[in-house]
Amino acid sequence: MATPVTVHAHAAPQGFIRKYIFSTDHKVIGLQYYFLALAAVFVGMFLSLLMRIHMIWPNTVLPLVGEIKPETYLSLLTMHGTIMVFFVLTTAPQGGFGNYVLPIQIGAPDMAFPVLNMLSFWTTFVGFIVIIAAFFVGGGAPLHGWTGYPPLSAVQTAGPGEGLGADLWITSIAIFCLASLMGALNFITTTLDLRAKGMILMRMPLTVWSWFITAILGLLAFGVLLSAGILLLLDRNLGTSFYVPLIVVNGVVMQHKGGSPLLWQHLFWFFGHPEVYIAILPGMGVASQIISTFSRKPIFGYKAMVYAMLSIGFFGFMVWGHHMFMSGMSPYSAFAFSILTMCIGVPSAIKTFNWLGTMLHGHIRFQTPMLYAIGFVSLFVSGGLSGPFLAQPVLDIQLHDTYFVVGHFHLIMGVAAIFGIFAATYYWFPKMFGRMMNETWGRIHFFITLAGTYAIFMPMHYLGMAGQTRRYSQFTEVAYQTKLIPLQTFMTYAAFITIAAQLIFVINLFWSMFKGPKASDNPWEATTLEWTTSTPPPPDNFGGKTPVVHNGPYEYGVPGAPKDYVMQTDPAVAAAGH
Amino acid sequence: MATYTPTTPIDGIGDGHKPPVPPVGGGDDGRGNNLPDYGARLRRARLGLICAIATVCMVFISLTSAYIVRKGLPTFDDASSSYVHDWGVVRLPWLLLAINTALLLVSSATMELARRQAARQAALAPVSSIPGVSLGNERSFPWLGLTVLLGFGFLAGQWLAWGELHNGGFYMNTNPSSSFAFLLTITHAVHLAGGIIALLWAASASLLHRPVEARRIAVDITAWYWHFMLVLWIYIFALLGFAR
Repeated sequence: MATPVTVHAHAAPQGFIRKYIFSTDHKVIGLQYYFLALAAVFVGMFLSLLMRIHMIWPNTVLPLVGEIKPETYLSLLTMHGTIMVFFVLTTAPQGGFGNYVLPIQIGAPDMAFPVLNMLSFWTTFVGFIVIIAAFFVGGGAPLHGWTGYPPLSAVQTAGPGEGLGADLWITSIAIFCLASLMGALNFITTTLDLRAKGMILMRMPLTVWSWFITAILGLLAFGVLLSAGILLLLDRNLGTSFYVPLIVVNGVVMQHKGGSPLLWQHLFWFFGHPEVYIAILPGMGVASQIISTFSRKPIFGYKAMVYAMLSIGFFGFMVWGHHMFMSGMSPYSAFAFSILTMCIGVPSAIKTFNWLGTMLHGHIRFQTPMLYAIGFVSLFVSGGLSGPFLAQPVLDIQLHDTYFVVGHFHLIMGVAAIFGIFAATYYWFPKMFGRMMNETWGRIHFFITLAGTYAIFMPMHYLGMAGQTRRYSQFTEVAYQTKLIPLQTFMTYAAFITIAAQLIFVINLFWSMFKGPKASDNPWEATTLEWTTSTPPPPDNFGGKTPVVHNGPYEYGVPGAPKDYVMQTDPAVAAAGH
Repeated sequence: MATYTPTTPIDGIGDGHKPPVPPVGGGDDGRGNNLPDYGARLRRARLGLICAIATVCMVFISLTSAYIVRKGLPTFDDASSSYVHDWGVVRLPWLLLAINTALLLVSSATMELARRQAARQAALAPVSSIPGVSLGNERSFPWLGLTVLLGFGFLAGQWLAWGELHNGGFYMNTNPSSSFAFLLTITHAVHLAGGIIALLWAASASLLHRPVEARRIAVDITAWYWHFMLVLWIYIFALLGFAR
């Protein structure tokens, strides 16, 4: 047994504020991110519920909310999309679990820049407060969608919510960009510079790889969104014409002239498409980790998984134009974007088949984290298969701005990433809180959520193919769309049940924190470094010791080993043929 | 497939490329303040700086692409009912900007001298801390202070340049070209102001009697950032000059 390097441990910070509020401990910051995302997801979910209610009962006056007007509906979808994409799908998988787990999985005592880490969380928090404030200012929240296309987003008088509300929306995103850039810088430096002895790159768990690649994407993408947002703010407030052409709003000729809304679209989607992978890549890492652990088999094709993630990240920057096929793009550009988009199918398929290959002939333990990981793969495949449809300009002309697109991105980017978050929660909860979550309620939560998710989002594909347009607040006035209302009604009922089922998760989460059975240090019999330390980990993660790594992250079922798993810190196992 | 044959780990074979890290983080002023391994902290800080520079590059690359696209865009002119190019030529105060460029060039040189001075002081610190050993009364020129002064001089010069633009009738919303002229120079100035704050922080490190090595890290990464600001400014200057 190799002896860990023993070094001087430092004391935990004292006092409530230093320990829990302005903490520089990555574990506390990870939990702060997680609970911020939890608050945000409930706000986003509530907004989606209001939208679904409005779609089938358009004239209903809701208590406290009142009547939902068409412009209110647009505000709801704008804020739902923005909050979910930025403050949930970007915040929880990377900021939450990445922060908590990455340093421990590479054998580091903390992130490379702990103060910067704290600053990035609190900047994110301020961004969240600013976007929530948009609900409460005169005119309300903006209605330009999460993509913020000008000229609607660039002219203050373009509609209700496009005044101060839109300014707050852009400011919030700019703040979020700064926070994400600080976080990305920290993740990259930590991964490259703080790995324990023996933790060579190809021994890193796939979760670490996914957070590392996500950080690189964030580092390169958020700066572009920040620039685009500054130009938008200038157009709105200083009368510049970056995005706004000669335009008449409500009968008034605006002072703007010569700007191009397409310029925003290019800049936005240069960020926007990598953002999709920023949301989903950590889920891929978590699924790989969990599927290997609960199949009791090494991950199938570790290196292929790494290179697949790298190529997904690389191609992610090459395909932004597929969001703009309907914007008057040159057919040659559209062809190039189309081919490059379909290229992403190759590494995606490699990952999917490797997950299936890992499970094949495995001694699978169908515990809640594994169920969610399998659910992730299922949603990734279901949502991913509609991608090649949309990647073809000819088909996209029919499907663009229909519910087909809504169904596609909710499955692949939204719910798949959420399933990654659920899987990670059930998997690392014992390490985070020292107790186990309730398994029975976890399974019930899983099956209702999986069925509910498909019930909500699969019909959207059929609606889209039938020509139902997205962003319409009501369908009752359009003859061919009224025939589709029964399916919308079904989806709304499915949403009621699925959202109600999330209460099971919340109750299980908080109940288990205090009343769940005590967890051992390694309840899943996993191999990576976080399971070598105590539960929950000490302030410096390894109690004054630095682990030394001798093995890869997924040594399961090693012939001749006393147990069916070999920890990364165990004596090195010899490769076959040695 | 591996087989379970425990082997004795041999240092340097199959291990990571570095010695184990001590159990504290702290590339910034966090929990690693007591970390004596300044070499590791310096390396970490430089890595972080490279990431930060990559981000700033992305900001300016996106602004440049917007600049080029907007410059080539035709716009509908309602008077002539035809498409025209509305990109005007901004009369930039070239002499003033050239002086500012010279100021920044000189400040980059003084910054480099300050960086080397800090590195030398950090290297000699263990020797000078030995009782009875004196390195003499080495007069150290305040290169850092001079750099801060030159930095403020550059910002003041930019302020004057913006005033000159106003005097010439060019405001942020006068023409897309003037919009970009203001946008690029102001964005650069904001980033440079960040560098000045970092320099003041580094200077305060010596006033607050922080370890000389900690000061050296701050000065070192700010110096690289400062040189990057110079390169960035020359790029912006060239863009505004050659792609008018």
